[in-house]
Amino acid sequence: MIYLILFGEFFKIGLLAIGGGLVTVPFLYDLSSSYDWFSPQELTDMIAVSESTPGPIGVNMATYAGFKAAGICGGIVATMGLLMPSMIIIVLLARYLKKHPNNLQFESVLKSIRPVALALIAFGGLFIAKAFVTGWLMAGLIAVLFLMIHYVKLNPILYICLGIIGGLIWG
Amino acid sequence: MKKICELAAIFFRIGCFMFGGGAAMLPLLQEELVHRRKWLDDGKLMDYYSIGQSTPGIIAVNVATFTGYNYAGILGAITATIALITAPLIIILSLANILSLYMENPYVAKAFAGIRIVVVALIAEAVCRLWPSSIKNKMDIVFFIAALGMAISGFSVVVIMAVFCGIGFVLGKKRGWK
Repeated sequence: MIYLILFGEFFKIGLLAIGGGLVTVPFLYDLSSSYDWFSPQELTDMIAVSESTPGPIGVNMATYAGFKAAGICGGIVATMGLLMPSMIIIVLLARYLKKHPNNLQFESVLKSIRPVALALIAFGGLFIAKAFVTGWLMAGLIAVLFLMIHYVKLNPILYICLGIIGGLIWG
Repeated sequence: MKKICELAAIFFRIGCFMFGGGAAMLPLLQEELVHRRKWLDDGKLMDYYSIGQSTPGIIAVNVATFTGYNYAGILGAITATIALITAPLIIILSLANILSLYMENPYVAKAFAGIRIVVVALIAEAVCRLWPSSIKNKMDIVFFIAALGMAISGFSVVVIMAVFCGIGFVLGKKRGWK
């Protein structure tokens, strides 16, 4: 029974949360007051954990919240609930676009929101930077890395591994 | 079958190395789909993001589903999405019980300090690289600045996307597209 409730609640979140992982936070606050699955304090920890483990933040939070509520199966059920609406919507949309490839009205909307999508990605970067860029040294380090990535095109995964090693040595 | 395995491998790898949400996934996708495999160009990738950001659900999941569907149909969509979340799911479930230990571990904190710096630089570089395919005229620059300003001043993504989708719709009508 609890699995059904979990699936339903996270299905709802998946359907209503437009704009990525952190948008799910207010919904999770509601959950913490309607059920005794986790406390608001635990939710704060959940956000920190979801940001510091790999994977989409919203998915990580759903997995963790589901686990808190009903163990390992709970974690899996909550995650599936979260994914279901977006998968259905995206598949329907992709199928429609494949059938009507030259929908000019849609093209026009897409063209207008491309710069917006890019701005939101830039904002995502600023949001992460805001948490730790406190001085010129950090900003300078990011600038140096930026140039390195720009001129030495390696796989981003290598740069992330470099970040882990650098953090462990100098952090 | 080969396509499905390839999708699974790509998105599993991205799931292992994406730290920090949808934006952090962009440089990884660019490397895998645009540079290495040439399935997409930068413009198409931005279309996927535009759609992923303006539809319900987690952006990274939406982009994975969309890519998977376009490359290998429904099975591709499911494969890409499940592959993306496999590693994170396993990691969270196995960490959940020792979470306080994990969060307080000084080495974890140090590693993450390093990762965060790299992720910010990677996102900044990806934005620059995608600039020419998304920003083509003066109006696009205005849209970019307006959207960034709205995001910084706390408007939710839903509001921002609704506003600009509306503007795009009206502009389309004006150009005589029906």
